[in-house]
Amino acid sequence: MSDPDAPQRPPIARWTGDEDAIAVQRSPDPGAARGTWRSFVETARGLKTTMRRVAEKPSVIQYPEQKVPVYPRFRGRHKLHRFEDTGLEKCVGCSLCAAACPADCIRVVSAENTPENRVSAGERYAAVYEINLSRCIFCGYCEIACPFDAITMGHDFELSDYARSDLIFTKEMLLAEPIERTPLRREGE
Amino acid sequence: MIAVVGYVEEWWIQVLKAIIIFAIALQLVPIVLIAERKLLGRFQGRYGPNRVGPYGALQPLADILKLLTKEQFRPNTSAGLLFVLAPLISILTAVAAFAIIPFGNVQNIFGTPVGLYGIDVSIGPLYVFAFGAIAFYGIMLGGWASGSKYSFLGAMRGAAQLISYEVSQALALVGVIITAGTLSLTGIVEAQSGMWFVVPQFFGFLVFLVAGFAETNRAPFDLTEADAELVGGYNTEFGGGRFASYYFAEYLNVLVIAGLVTTVFLGGWLMPFGINQPGWVDPFVVLVKMAIVTFLFIWVRATLPRLRYDQLMRLGWKGLLPLATLNALVTAIIVVIR
Repeated sequence: MSDPDAPQRPPIARWTGDEDAIAVQRSPDPGAARGTWRSFVETARGLKTTMRRVAEKPSVIQYPEQKVPVYPRFRGRHKLHRFEDTGLEKCVGCSLCAAACPADCIRVVSAENTPENRVSAGERYAAVYEINLSRCIFCGYCEIACPFDAITMGHDFELSDYARSDLIFTKEMLLAEPIERTPLRREGE
Repeated sequence: MIAVVGYVEEWWIQVLKAIIIFAIALQLVPIVLIAERKLLGRFQGRYGPNRVGPYGALQPLADILKLLTKEQFRPNTSAGLLFVLAPLISILTAVAAFAIIPFGNVQNIFGTPVGLYGIDVSIGPLYVFAFGAIAFYGIMLGGWASGSKYSFLGAMRGAAQLISYEVSQALALVGVIITAGTLSLTGIVEAQSGMWFVVPQFFGFLVFLVAGFAETNRAPFDLTEADAELVGGYNTEFGGGRFASYYFAEYLNVLVIAGLVTTVFLGGWLMPFGINQPGWVDPFVVLVKMAIVTFLFIWVRATLPRLRYDQLMRLGWKGLLPLATLNALVTAIIVVIR
């Protein structure tokens, strides 16, 4: 297969830093016969590889029916919380979440608690609490900023809707017991 | 008369046969479509379409309905009549080529002898190549008439590719024709009663198959479409029913090539090991063999990446053409010496 007239290949090039371009050594030319044989063998190997996939079970999660469980720290749709014993809202309307929000998607309007109308445990409460989920980037800064753990990130991520206005979640929606549509991964899994 | 026709029936049988063959071709294409998508899925470790109908069996129906109900649009730069005509050429030639695939010899159906093929002309393979050459106009004109750079590039590639591979494909068949001593496809099948031509004409078979992949513009030779670089090639500007026509023609061409491989190399309706089946089984034998070849098409598509353009040309002119020529030459010498 060796041809004496064939041009000599350059020796292994080592970059000394003097030139910009250097010759790169390639593997020797297999020649026509070996090359043809090799392409046949490699094609057959490729065909074998794909055929083996047919024998296997497809590794597919049929999404709307089957879901990948999320991790406990997954940051999904927000939740607002109440105290379990008194039923009062934890949010005191301090607007720290709105201040921390980099996407500027939280709107809080606070009002004073009165003895007749007691909504939260503090002096004031959030009269309006809206999160525009079409702007939210799910960074979780609101959760960190909150001094009363009133807002946390939930696990829901199926949040698509037909209108942008439907994605502005009000306080009632955030306080409501969420329909858990997402399986949770067990601890340590 | 240009060509001698092997067996001629009454005119009404001819018409009936034409309708039946067209109906069968129309049914086979969606089956190949869904089979390809399901198999490609399996080859890639997924299920493929499984939402429409049981196991996704109605997916092609949904696809076709969707395409046919779409708006018939035309780019501003397109060249009027040709843009409309090109997909029709593609579909017409594909169906016409299908007419020649023999599904069995002359059978007695309710006392009437009927040949189970569209027509048995004595120019068999030449007829197919003639329509293959016209089919290329469908792609070429389609790409050119679109008035788009990508379409034009795809059409140009298609032109070069089809010209290169048609030569090898025809030469690969020369060996078979010399051995069989006839150009009639039924005659070629009958000449294989001793041994299928895959064995003595193995290199012809290989060249024909590879050239067949190229002729049908399928992976790894789908440079005319090349969705990654040419965003669809010649069919970029086509949508709705016109795109459906191209799609239909592509899969029908796969079936034609599969039928031709079956007929010419795999013994047509003959069973292996000298089994003599009753006449009504013949079409099913052909269909099973065609299914096997079509599976090979899909398997190769799932495996091999697209060739570069220069690799395509090198394989065609430096690989397949000399091999096919040598095959024809050696076969001719052997036949003469005998």
